[in-house]
Amino acid sequence: MGDRAYRWITTGFALVIPVLLGLIAISVFSAGWPALHKFGLGFFTSSDWDPVNEKFGAAPAIFGTIVSSAIALIIATPLAIGVAVFLSEFAPRWVRQPIAFLVDLLAAIPSVVYGLWGILVLVPFLRTYVMPFFKETLHLGDTPLFAGAAYGPSMLAAGSILAIMVLPFISAVTREVLLAVPRSQREAALALGATRWEMIWDAVLPYARSGIIGGVILGLGRALGETMAVTMVIGNRHEISASLFAPGYTMASQIANEFSEATTDLHVSSLMAVGAGLFVITVIVNVIARWLVWRMGRNQVA
Amino acid sequence: MLATSTARTLARRRVKSFIMIALTYVAALIATLPLLLILWHLAAQGASSVNWNFFTKMPAPAGEAGGGMANAIVGTGMLVLIASAIGLPIGVGAGLFLAEQRGAKLATAIRFLSDVLNGLPSIVMGIFAWQLLVRPFKHFSALAGGIALGAMMIPLVTRTTEEMIRLVPVSMREAALALGYTKWRTSLSVVLRTALPGIVTGALVAVARIAGETAPLIFTALGNQFWSVSPTQPIAALPMQIYTYALAPYDDWHAQAWAGALVLIGLVLIISLIARYVTRSRFGLGGD
Repeated sequence: MGDRAYRWITTGFALVIPVLLGLIAISVFSAGWPALHKFGLGFFTSSDWDPVNEKFGAAPAIFGTIVSSAIALIIATPLAIGVAVFLSEFAPRWVRQPIAFLVDLLAAIPSVVYGLWGILVLVPFLRTYVMPFFKETLHLGDTPLFAGAAYGPSMLAAGSILAIMVLPFISAVTREVLLAVPRSQREAALALGATRWEMIWDAVLPYARSGIIGGVILGLGRALGETMAVTMVIGNRHEISASLFAPGYTMASQIANEFSEATTDLHVSSLMAVGAGLFVITVIVNVIARWLVWRMGRNQVA
Repeated sequence: MLATSTARTLARRRVKSFIMIALTYVAALIATLPLLLILWHLAAQGASSVNWNFFTKMPAPAGEAGGGMANAIVGTGMLVLIASAIGLPIGVGAGLFLAEQRGAKLATAIRFLSDVLNGLPSIVMGIFAWQLLVRPFKHFSALAGGIALGAMMIPLVTRTTEEMIRLVPVSMREAALALGYTKWRTSLSVVLRTALPGIVTGALVAVARIAGETAPLIFTALGNQFWSVSPTQPIAALPMQIYTYALAPYDDWHAQAWAGALVLIGLVLIISLIARYVTRSRFGLGGD
């Protein structure tokens, strides 16, 4: 009697999770429906964003989301794998704990604090030192990638802050995966005369590959949906530009930045449609990541 | 001839190994640098504005120095309370289910969906709460904000609860059953109680994570320049206040934003440290 009731109650709590996911999907799509209905799938390929004439398209935001996340992963992935290898293979015991703690702490800092630091410290630093370095010292100011005025808030700033934010996620998963690589794998490589680095590069990392890729994709999921820090440093302009120094938008930052100013129903609905797109992308990315990490034989990471 | 060339490659391989290993040390250094920089800037820029007034006074109007964030601190407390009231029971219940039905198909599916839920951007949670709880009632509220944050807590609490319950030795469960306990009493008063310190840690980590969330609040709690603790009214929150102040063009407000961020980080750090302490003294706190 009591056992059956207990079982029903815990099952009920567990069922909240699929119900909640369903409700989220329904509410996001119903909020975006007026815009999706009016513009169709062309909404995601059009570059219009004209609240006065009520024409909306999400292409620049999608472009910015992809570019800023790509910058973040290009910077963070090698660093994160380096940190994970350092912590799991080479670090002397007395530095392992503190460094692991500091890297974990990076994941605990709220997004808005990254944004504050980004806009008041990182952006001025990029404007004063990094951007002039590329433009004047390296004479790259005429190439499309570094063209235009360097005000500071930019795709580069967004990518850099995202890199810092996703690094702890990638390195945490990579560490877990490296710990799952059997000792015999390492011993066999050393017995064959490999140096310590060759052991890592030829025996350990290939074994852990799918798990590490899963971790990187998990980091990608974080980067795609990250909102506050990006909104504060990306410059918020609805435009596709090849230049890393130009301001832009991501899907999340466009929603956060314009929500309070949107006056017409269609404008609000268009922002929600961008949110629906973001929902679909992050679900797909997360499913792929979980599958890859799960294939490594452990399903509980990060 | 052969011997010297192998010796040379060996030397080259050793040098390469040395360089690559050194590079992993450099990576660790670079990765921790931003954290140290952020903490240093927070302390340098924020410490001077964190004083008694900061915790007890209301925000000062633009252009006026001083003032505090009393309403935002209380508001964040309210939001965390509402979120915990939703996220903790559901998360613990779901975690119990997952741990006890390990192999079942339903449990595997729910575990997977919980991971997907955990990966959703917080801004999507904001849209969800706005569409269901703000729009129909035509005004922003603390309750909607708390529910959005509570929904974010669920997968976090579910996972740690499941992991902690799995750590409880099967022999304990068997001992209780052998003594004639029913299954549900065994689960609640033996297994759950043994796993409690770990679950408390998980709950604290979840609280630390949602306390700093801003994006969902833009759509729900909205922020409030005045004093309010009503669940049905818009409410101020520390992260919202930092966001507003950081983007304003006034130096006074920047100083307040730094101070707010320092307090927020302090809060997150203290909660994380308590969480670590609870895990360490497992059996000390497992009692009543």
